[in-house]
Amino acid sequence: MASHSMSGELVRMTAARLAAAIAAGEVSAVEVTQAHLDRIEAVDQRVRAFLHVAPQAALAAAAEVDERRRAGEPLGPLAGVPLALKDVFTTTDMPTTCGSRILEDWRPPYDATVTRRLRQAGVVILGKANMDEFAMGSSTENSAFGPSHNPWDLSRVPGGSSGGSSAAVTAFEAPLGIGTDTGGSIRQPGAVCGIVGVKPTYGGSSRYGVVAFASSLDTPGPLARTVLDAALLHEAMSGHDPCDSTSIDAPVPPVVAAARQADVNGLRVGVVTELSGDGYQPGVLARVGEAVELLESLGAKITEVSCPHFTYALPAYYLIAPSEVSSNLARFDGMRYGLRVGDDGTRSAEEVMSLTRAAGFGAEVKRRIMLGTYALSSGYYDAYYGKAQQVRTLIVRDFDAAFEQVDVLVSPTTPTTAFPIGERVDDPMAMYLADLCTIPSDLAGNAALSVPCGLAPEDGLPVGLQIMAPVLADDRLYRVGAAVEAALDARRGHPLLDEANGLGELS
Amino acid sequence: MTDAAALVPYEEAISRYEPVIGLETHVELGTVTKMFCGSPAEFGAEPNSAVCPVCLGLPGSLPVVNRAAIEYTIRIGLALNCSIASWCRFARKNYFYPDMPKNFQISQYDEPLCTDGWLEVTVDETLVRVGIERVHLEEDTGKSLHVGGATGRIHGADYSLVDYNRAGIPLVEVVTKPIPGTGALAPFVARAYVTELRDLLRALDVSDVRMEEGSLRTDVNTSLAPRGSGAWGTRTETKNVNSLRSVERAVRFEIERQAAVLDGGGRVIQETRHFQEGSGTTTPGRSKEEAQDYRYFPEPDLVPVAPSREWVEKIRASLPELPSARRARLQAEWGLSDREMAALRNAGALELVAETVAAGAAPAEASKWWRGELARRANESGAELAALPVTPAEVARVAELVASGTLSDKLARQVLDGILAGEGSPDEIVAARGLAVVSDDTALLAAVDEAIEANPEVAAKVRSGKTPAAGVLVGAVMKATRGQADAARVSELILQRLTGS
Repeated sequence: MASHSMSGELVRMTAARLAAAIAAGEVSAVEVTQAHLDRIEAVDQRVRAFLHVAPQAALAAAAEVDERRRAGEPLGPLAGVPLALKDVFTTTDMPTTCGSRILEDWRPPYDATVTRRLRQAGVVILGKANMDEFAMGSSTENSAFGPSHNPWDLSRVPGGSSGGSSAAVTAFEAPLGIGTDTGGSIRQPGAVCGIVGVKPTYGGSSRYGVVAFASSLDTPGPLARTVLDAALLHEAMSGHDPCDSTSIDAPVPPVVAAARQADVNGLRVGVVTELSGDGYQPGVLARVGEAVELLESLGAKITEVSCPHFTYALPAYYLIAPSEVSSNLARFDGMRYGLRVGDDGTRSAEEVMSLTRAAGFGAEVKRRIMLGTYALSSGYYDAYYGKAQQVRTLIVRDFDAAFEQVDVLVSPTTPTTAFPIGERVDDPMAMYLADLCTIPSDLAGNAALSVPCGLAPEDGLPVGLQIMAPVLADDRLYRVGAAVEAALDARRGHPLLDEANGLGELS
Repeated sequence: MTDAAALVPYEEAISRYEPVIGLETHVELGTVTKMFCGSPAEFGAEPNSAVCPVCLGLPGSLPVVNRAAIEYTIRIGLALNCSIASWCRFARKNYFYPDMPKNFQISQYDEPLCTDGWLEVTVDETLVRVGIERVHLEEDTGKSLHVGGATGRIHGADYSLVDYNRAGIPLVEVVTKPIPGTGALAPFVARAYVTELRDLLRALDVSDVRMEEGSLRTDVNTSLAPRGSGAWGTRTETKNVNSLRSVERAVRFEIERQAAVLDGGGRVIQETRHFQEGSGTTTPGRSKEEAQDYRYFPEPDLVPVAPSREWVEKIRASLPELPSARRARLQAEWGLSDREMAALRNAGALELVAETVAAGAAPAEASKWWRGELARRANESGAELAALPVTPAEVARVAELVASGTLSDKLARQVLDGILAGEGSPDEIVAARGLAVVSDDTALLAAVDEAIEANPEVAAKVRSGKTPAAGVLVGAVMKATRGQADAARVSELILQRLTGS
């Protein structure tokens, strides 16, 4: 560790330890927040995880936690812990840009349900994290405000679209991050940054106040450096929300207890045949293979399971998601909020809408709007959108059949480790393939988690093991994830992130 | 395109062509809150005050279905004899317009909540069963006000204002099946249908159904085909039809216009047309043949609506008496013939009579005053009967004063004059104008004796027991007292004088 100051120690603590220390009065929430603000000040010029940092709001929220502690009020399990919030969640006290020019200065008049729950839990929101524009991308390179950088190697992407959140957590700028997963946007950045990323069951976490990308897929979820921290955040942010019709009215699965249990003895684990082979980086397959062997050594029963329709998941996703995009993003027309271009008194409303959208949206967003508009158009609907929905049903059935044989499924989270910034920007198909393994769970709406399982030998970059569980069986993810994490940390002798040196802090 | 359309006189058009009509009616529901959020669904609030992130379509906001709106729609569906879907979804209708907050409207597309019903209407004693294709639920848009420019439309306006208070108010669309075979009655059938639907919605208490305020809006589809051809012609859809009378006029005009087009060997264009209230004509709008693609798809922000059978049956059991059943009951209670009942409805007097009866008047009396004297006054002033400044309670009081002998019919008419002139209540007017009948027996007896003296033969008949003959004497007394006498009392006094009874 480069810094042995108290501040340096605080930023390396887990969320669970920080919350305990704050609750015990060993350290104040204000000190913890200040330490993280200092860390952001020190490294974010290079990492560029944040689009907006809110020191005053953060310190005020922290002071309130300290006040409540002094008053003897009960504090939640994450009270006083700082967090990086993806800039797709509405916040009344910070801008919400979604990484887009079209919302560059937008200040929402309301808080997202997740934002509100975080505030109620005493979580300190440090600022808004960078993302691919409207969450479309796997690298943050589609952000209108420039890419974030992977703290393992600053020349590489931190994944996306929640790459600002994953970079912040990996660079010790925040112990916790929140992302949204539509095609893998939490798990893939988690995997390539060597941290934990979880896509809860669709409907398990509220979408109210999450600026929509693809409504039937978007799922908010946690990013953290440990499985337990992710579970604590998962529990704090989740639960039924009457403002979201697709929110599930059921108790949050016991994820924290499962993370503490960390036991896979007797658990049936299925390795997905289709998520392997050609196109996968050998080092990724090697580390995932070792993780599976590790699970077996811990008492899990391993079988291979075929999910034949997963092959069609990517093309189906690239019809369904853009179709919803073409409709969801129609509201950005310069009439009511956000960017307005060309309103000089000579142009019609239609022209102003058109000029605003041309100037306000980036290339990838436009590509998906056009794809979706085409897929939904009369005469093509059945062949594209309709067919893709049928494929979606087949993928759900693949999962149903698989979960009759096994308790969880596993695969690599991504086919490769973090790729260099710029490598895939001109090749959308190559970029889309980063989500090959994560998309099936988005289409089916079930729960999935990525946990680090080592470094690929060829490039020394982190590899993620993806664990998938049935709808509302999110707790199983944490049992398995925590068991893998504990066994690998024990074998290694230290957490994986101790080896990250993109910021040149290790001597 | 010929804008000042050539027309064929109506009777001539009907003699050669057979019209088919269809109606699409939008009804704003009278729920407390909007379709998908908690903003109040009220009319006339300060612009952009009844709004929230959801009905403004702000980024991140999500809709939640208003249960009351679903219940109201099921009520309408059941009253229209429809099947209620056990599972259906909302869909997004995508198009750009500044008064649409999300640039898509949440509507229903191929899975409406209610389907396949009917509504019966009577025109000239002909019963027509209008088939109902579907009843579905959607959200209303905001309201644009285009300032400047010649047309009041967005093109050419100096600037536009948008009020989003209306955005998100629940809107039910009732679509009829095509209505063929009504011939010359087509315009009247269209009007009768909208009237009946309006009365039905009012009875169901689901909307205030005020056409002038836009809470009930109808589009009228009309097509013509040569008589006996068995084919159906190309239809036009006339919008902006904002009164019952306009519904009738719009159909009539389209029949006359389309007949001229077809007579000239032309082709009717499938298009949207706008009804012009002032001239009673229709003018072309956008052509359906270049219509935009709405790219409907199931609304992913909402879960399907699946009303349980139990709920639907509970709603069915709670339906109020519907207008047609009520009319049949009232007709029987009031002892009216079909023709009399139809006349009462056509005069727009049914509700007024019912309320007058409810206020204590005898049905025949109530009917007599509204259909006779008051209908005449309304005609003279060109007002709707219901718009006259007289209440059913006041009419009931006048009828009561007549029944009790305080007023004669002639005096009652003077009291009505006073009410219409704003002079006060019936009793105040009787007092102020000194209109009460002469009930002073001494004054009357002099007139009675005078009448007996002047008609000795009649008096003799009455004395011999032919009491009906006394009518002549009563008439003479009434004449002498200029109608201010109570005829019943006069009759009593005459009989006392002549028979001692």
